[in-house]
Amino acid sequence: MPQIFHPSTNTIARVSLFGALFLVGGLLWVLVTVQRSSFTTRQGVPVTQPIPFSHQHHVGGVGLDCRFCHTSVETSAFAGIPPTQTCMVCHSQLWKDSPTLEPVRESYRTGVSLQWNRVHNLADFVYFDHSVHVAKGVACLTCHGHVDQMPLVYKNASLQMEWCLECHRHPEKYLSPKEAVFKMTPPAGATSSDGAELVKRYNVRTRTDCSTCHR
Amino acid sequence: MMDETHDLTRDAATAGGSAAGATRSQERLEDAPRQWRSLEDLAGSPEVRELVEREFPEQASEWDDPKGRRQFLQLMGASLALAGLARCSEPLGEKIVPFVRQPEDYLPGKPLRYATAIRLGHTTHPVLVTSTLGRPSKIEGNPEHPESLGATNVFTQASLLTLYDPDRSKTVTNLGGIRPYSDLLGVIHEAAQAQRAAGGAGLRFLTAAVTSPTLAAQIQDLLRAFPQARWHRHEPVDDDHALDGARRAFGQPVEARLHLDQADVILALDADFLGAGPGQVRHAKEFAARRRVTAEAADLKDAPVTMNRLYVAESMPTITGSMADHRLRVRASDVATLARAVAAGLGIAGVARPADIPRLAEADLAATLGVPGANRPASVPGVSEAQLAGLIQDLRKHGARSVVVAGPAQPPDVHALVHAMNQALGSAGSAVTYHPPADEAAVSAASFADLATDMGAGRVQMLVILGGNPVFTSPIDIAFGERLAKVGLTIHLGLHDDETAARCQWHVNEAHDLESWSDVRCPDGSVTILQPLIEPLYHGKTAHELLAAFTDRPLRTSAEIVKEYWSTRMPGGDFDKRWRRALHDGVVEGSGRPALPVSLRGGLGAQTPDAAASSAGELELVFRPDASVYDGRFANNGWLQELPRPITKLTWDNAAILSPATARRLHLQSEDMAQLNVGGRRLRVAVWVLPGHADDSVTLHLGYGRDRVGRVGRHAGFNAYAVRSAAARWIASAVRLEPTGGRYPLSVTQEHGSMEGRPLVRHATLTHFREHPDFAREMEETPPADLTMTPPVTYEGHAWAMAIDLAACTGCNACTIACQAENNIPIVGKEQVKVNREMHWIRVDRYFEGAMDAPEIYHQPIPCMQCENAPCEQVCPVAATVHSSEGLNDMVYNRCVGTRYCANNCPYKVRRFNFLQYNDFTSPTARLLFNPNVTVRTRGVMEKCTYCVQRINAARNVAEVESRAIRDGEIQTACQQVCPSDAIVFGDLNDPSSRVAKAKAQPRNYGLLSSLNTRPRTTYLAALKNPNPDLKDQA
Repeated sequence: MPQIFHPSTNTIARVSLFGALFLVGGLLWVLVTVQRSSFTTRQGVPVTQPIPFSHQHHVGGVGLDCRFCHTSVETSAFAGIPPTQTCMVCHSQLWKDSPTLEPVRESYRTGVSLQWNRVHNLADFVYFDHSVHVAKGVACLTCHGHVDQMPLVYKNASLQMEWCLECHRHPEKYLSPKEAVFKMTPPAGATSSDGAELVKRYNVRTRTDCSTCHR
Repeated sequence: MMDETHDLTRDAATAGGSAAGATRSQERLEDAPRQWRSLEDLAGSPEVRELVEREFPEQASEWDDPKGRRQFLQLMGASLALAGLARCSEPLGEKIVPFVRQPEDYLPGKPLRYATAIRLGHTTHPVLVTSTLGRPSKIEGNPEHPESLGATNVFTQASLLTLYDPDRSKTVTNLGGIRPYSDLLGVIHEAAQAQRAAGGAGLRFLTAAVTSPTLAAQIQDLLRAFPQARWHRHEPVDDDHALDGARRAFGQPVEARLHLDQADVILALDADFLGAGPGQVRHAKEFAARRRVTAEAADLKDAPVTMNRLYVAESMPTITGSMADHRLRVRASDVATLARAVAAGLGIAGVARPADIPRLAEADLAATLGVPGANRPASVPGVSEAQLAGLIQDLRKHGARSVVVAGPAQPPDVHALVHAMNQALGSAGSAVTYHPPADEAAVSAASFADLATDMGAGRVQMLVILGGNPVFTSPIDIAFGERLAKVGLTIHLGLHDDETAARCQWHVNEAHDLESWSDVRCPDGSVTILQPLIEPLYHGKTAHELLAAFTDRPLRTSAEIVKEYWSTRMPGGDFDKRWRRALHDGVVEGSGRPALPVSLRGGLGAQTPDAAASSAGELELVFRPDASVYDGRFANNGWLQELPRPITKLTWDNAAILSPATARRLHLQSEDMAQLNVGGRRLRVAVWVLPGHADDSVTLHLGYGRDRVGRVGRHAGFNAYAVRSAAARWIASAVRLEPTGGRYPLSVTQEHGSMEGRPLVRHATLTHFREHPDFAREMEETPPADLTMTPPVTYEGHAWAMAIDLAACTGCNACTIACQAENNIPIVGKEQVKVNREMHWIRVDRYFEGAMDAPEIYHQPIPCMQCENAPCEQVCPVAATVHSSEGLNDMVYNRCVGTRYCANNCPYKVRRFNFLQYNDFTSPTARLLFNPNVTVRTRGVMEKCTYCVQRINAARNVAEVESRAIRDGEIQTACQQVCPSDAIVFGDLNDPSSRVAKAKAQPRNYGLLSSLNTRPRTTYLAALKNPNPDLKDQA
């Protein structure tokens, strides 16, 4: 009986088998990479807004404190988006004829709210509380990055669970003294051993129970 | 039936015995009276055996059914395709919409709470309502109001769902067509002008109970403007009999108000004072306070007895009856005989009377009570002479510390007797006080019968119906619906487009209590201002606004009307400040009314009894308001429809409820169809056989069989009003019930997760407990803590735990519905309940014990036990349920893939699986209802009680921000907060001074199925009863 397969079939079979393994592995790698890329997470992608509000100008230039606008960051889960009234504190005097600011004035005139595009959007099954993080010495900059250098705000971190857990497991690396929370300085724990001291001082515990964030 | 199946049952108990090795407990079981949950269970029928052996009966029925399967695949395909799209990137385009001018005190992310009240008939519940981002999301009791003390009941909890009911009436209609409100104003103006000429002779107002002082004043003003006009009242579940009884006894209509904390002995004559109705919450608080025995084991023998004793005479077992130390199974019409016998007994000569009973001359008492020759109690069917003598002795012994109470269904005669008894006992003024009724209509309005007569005679040209649904709820022989056609102009104000709306020319959509400005007089006489939590969703109107249309200022808002009324009535200066204070506190300062002094009138006995007792063997029909739909107003409320009724555990239906003996006599079984014949009126009903029900009596609950109702209430139950006549509103005698053949499936949660006769509810008498303090622990062996494969966990920080006191729990279901509201728990519908798919995270199990005719009834609320050795955690393949560092069994919905292994492995059967998409994501108003702090679960996800972890986290965050520890009592779970009898305690086990740690240190504390070594964090305090030692051999 003649051979059905040519001897080269052996090689093809071996290559296909190994190739399939690599292909599967490669596909998995692609999936994981895409999942963590800014294509999925929108990390570092500026979000357009109805008014090109510049944090770079207002924080970096003018030097406004974060809490001037985000008033409830120390007391509530939600940091707070300022009402039109807050804008008009200054802009009824400054740039009061600027066409860029017309939507703000219109909102103030008509009583219809401005609609901002959300930048940091957690999944609905995740519950995050600003107040407790601020109280424990997690600086704004630690998560939100240098907003004082962002003309349009973008997400500085991926907001994926592994990113959350990194800090929840090793809080000492990411804490700042409370007086520096609203300053644009990197966390003390990142560079020195002060972090461990802060963990003790602020009674910070590593919280990795699922129900800490999911419920 | 009992005799035939007895042996079989014993066999079943032995065969289905508990875990291997636990022979000691098994032996004890054999000796103990077996607990059983239903007649079929007791009979050990094959269906029951099959049910208990299967975790989810007929599971995945969608998959088995070819039609359902195709649909399932389609849905599956569609959702997979969508999932693929949705997962590419995080959702885009979500907006943040800030205020233009932010109100002071308003903090996004922090809920606000407002004091207001929820009305139900002639009773009221003062509440604090949580408002999340401007929408009411949870109702809790007002802890500073004496009528609530922080707790609520099922109706109050569920009224939130009524607010968001998508089937609520949304527009003003005229003959079915949508019209603007201004059109109606024009019509009213014209008609009022015409009526003015005749002094309003053809004008009638029909209201339900009017507890609002402002509304009553508005009506009185109108009656002055239209002197010939009349005001009538119709309330299907009223306390007219009680008021009439008070008129007979005292010459004035007063409401008796119980103070159960003052009573050592309570006799309830057909009075379900712990059931859903007026005063429930306060009664339960005061009653339960006297049921908890907290003395330490060592001191028990010498500790003073503080526990009260409850005697209940009733036909159908109620939750009050289940709490009774002696439950007397008496037909409703025989209760009057019992009342007379007890009254006679209280006047017997020759028994030494304790000094604290006022020395009412015996001759006087006999004359007052009208019991001739009362030397010996008359015989009462269903009550032995020894029982009667013991009861009377007990009442006399405790004198002013004992109180008698009659239910609203009992004739005025009985109420009058009860008033006389309380006067004679001396408890009037302490355990019972008398107050003017909160319902102004009960005193000032004319009767409904008069209105019907006038309508029939064509004397009514214009009828304004303010609330209620009289076409459905009025006595059938009045034929109110037909008489409406004879009225020239009919206007109906109501929450729903119901039977009455359909029969009236105009219908105005009413604003819900949570959307309204109003005021209300609470049963204690104090006034609460109702303030709206939300702008009316459908521009609904209040009764105040509709009545304003008859004045020369027709467009006044209810806010203006109520405020104007009070502007002259709040004592002291600075009205604005007092007004704000009243809104903040939820009570108008100084508005309370003191108890009225009353004195007994003579000649009571001269009056003939209202209704003669039905003769023995003759069937009687008893009407009762339903524990869920009340008089029918909650028929479209899914939370209430799916809430298992106390004792019967029926959902979504009512039924003609019979005793086993009567059912046997009539050749009927549960779920059989039968025909009721009440004086020639017929009604086809399903039958449910209930142990403990009085023989020769049928109980039928009101409010079902609605023919014009929203999508939830459709096809639910049988219309009891169809056989309820004006002459027999509560008890109808000479009733026939005949089998018609045919079956009607009833969805009961009774058999679900049956736990097979192990010592689940442990109980003892007070005497036994004092002698054997450790009886509860001795009933089951607990393996040593190290007998486990899982490594030991030490809980630093907090260790959350719960203790449930079964001596205090009345089985009222408030916990179940509060949990549903707090945790976004969906309803599943009648068919899904039938296949055990109800989703309640905390259920109330009910057990019968003893003889089938007169069993003892126990309740046991079952939330997740949060086991330390949790069987569910071991079997989850994706770690979707894991142990937290504080001892919770965390359930992670986003990880769950729906294997249901955990539910299979849970010995307590507290895990619930979303077999289908139960949660409503589509109705716009349903989305407003959700608690934003709890994930809304989708199909395919397992869920269970979390100990309200959202509340734990919220309290922790606040405490951490304030750099302090969480205080004991700072975290209240939803079930604990709502509990009217304070039976549930939650807290930190690591804090030895916490209430929960102290509760668990009690000798009565035990873990459910502790022999399984699950080491549950939720434990129970054994139930206690305090029977009369003189009646030891009596049931």
